[in-house]
Amino acid sequence: MRKKIQAPLDLAVSKSLRAGDQVLLTGTIYTSRDAGHLRLVNSIAAGEELPLPLEGAVIYYVGPTPPAPGQIIGSAGPTTSYRMDPYAPTLLAHGLRGMIGKGRRSEEVIEAMRKSGAVYFGAIGGAGALLSSCIVKSDLIAYEDLGAEALRRLEVVDMPLLVVIDSLGNNLYETGPAAYLASQDTDN
Amino acid sequence: MIREVDVSELVPIIRQMCVTVNRHLPADVCKKLEAGRASEDFETAATVLDDIIANYKLASEREVPICQDTGLACVFLDIGQDVHLRGDIEAAVNEGVRQGYAEGYLRKSVVGDPLRRVNTGDNTPAMIYYRLVPGDKIKISLATKGFGSENMSQLKMLRPADGVEGVKNFVLKVVQEAGPNPCPPIILGIGIGGNFDRAAELAKRSLLRETGASNPDPYYANLEAEILAEVNALGIGPMGFGGRTTCLAVAIETAPTHIAGLPVAVNIQCHAARHLEEVL
Repeated sequence: MRKKIQAPLDLAVSKSLRAGDQVLLTGTIYTSRDAGHLRLVNSIAAGEELPLPLEGAVIYYVGPTPPAPGQIIGSAGPTTSYRMDPYAPTLLAHGLRGMIGKGRRSEEVIEAMRKSGAVYFGAIGGAGALLSSCIVKSDLIAYEDLGAEALRRLEVVDMPLLVVIDSLGNNLYETGPAAYLASQDTDN
Repeated sequence: MIREVDVSELVPIIRQMCVTVNRHLPADVCKKLEAGRASEDFETAATVLDDIIANYKLASEREVPICQDTGLACVFLDIGQDVHLRGDIEAAVNEGVRQGYAEGYLRKSVVGDPLRRVNTGDNTPAMIYYRLVPGDKIKISLATKGFGSENMSQLKMLRPADGVEGVKNFVLKVVQEAGPNPCPPIILGIGIGGNFDRAAELAKRSLLRETGASNPDPYYANLEAEILAEVNALGIGPMGFGGRTTCLAVAIETAPTHIAGLPVAVNIQCHAARHLEEVL
């Protein structure tokens, strides 16, 4: 059963999600990756206004392909999240509540998620064509010079995600493989 | 007889290869993914593989990129020594890549300098690997390599005393450290021998092999099968959420090496293993 959830994320919702939950996300999310994160964190350090409202926000780590004529956005699957680990704790401290990516996170990020009640979602890496079909609107809102890494506001409908790390620090990358191996022991 | 080839003949071939390879996953990889799905009885893993299979079918049907990381264009040229090339071969390859990435609406993922990091805007320059071979043909192999898996690749200079067990342990360590990051199910390209840089090139070239085809030497074919079984016993599974299908295939390539050394390189490839060959 997939749980339907809404972005921006309410704190009560993000805290209720558990690692392994399958969800369908609908609402407004933002795209950012390596170069965009550096700019966001620099803006916070300089006390500048940010180009997105961070409170309750969900950031999708993605650099889409350019849209062909008639397309809203090109292929848009997740990039590997650990590259954003140096920046994520700062954003989490300023209201970021959800991150969508793939791959492991650092202890520092998980600790910051515990403190703020945030959640880390996994999308299927390499499923760029499939994921792009959940995006119904895309607007470039900042950092246009970064090309694929520009900051975009996306409207998504029923985007299929898994909760990988929840606000208690439970981690599907540890529990998933362990559960599989345990299931094999029972079989034998 | 010397065959005259104007390098401009390569441009449209490479342009079309860039577009095609990013939209249509090679049949050998599709087959392996479907076999993986059929063998999978762990629910999350089955769901993930269903989505991965649905994705490559959708990409092919709609003529859109399989993955948003349309990669660094790795172009392997095996040039027959009876070919005389007229014009600038490097410029022609880059022109093909430039046109392909523009016309195919592919992502431009190349920065011109590794530290100052300004995007070149057209996905060039390509990584070009030249080899002189007998004959009068040019074989062009293209792999568009995403960096999620490239970043998880490693090389180690083992001691001869480490032997085959040392090689296996290193490969397993690399896969475990990579975990969910390189988009499993993965394909492992392993280069053993040569020197520091040759081992890495062997690993990369082994990924051009038909997925699942064995090394012609039974000793290494057997080692490929052993490593595949041991990697799949780790339980990492598709996207690292647990399951049987962590690795689709292992390809080992080897070269003679020095009495003092045992270089091993492991190049990880994600499930969107885009590779294609043309002969001119």
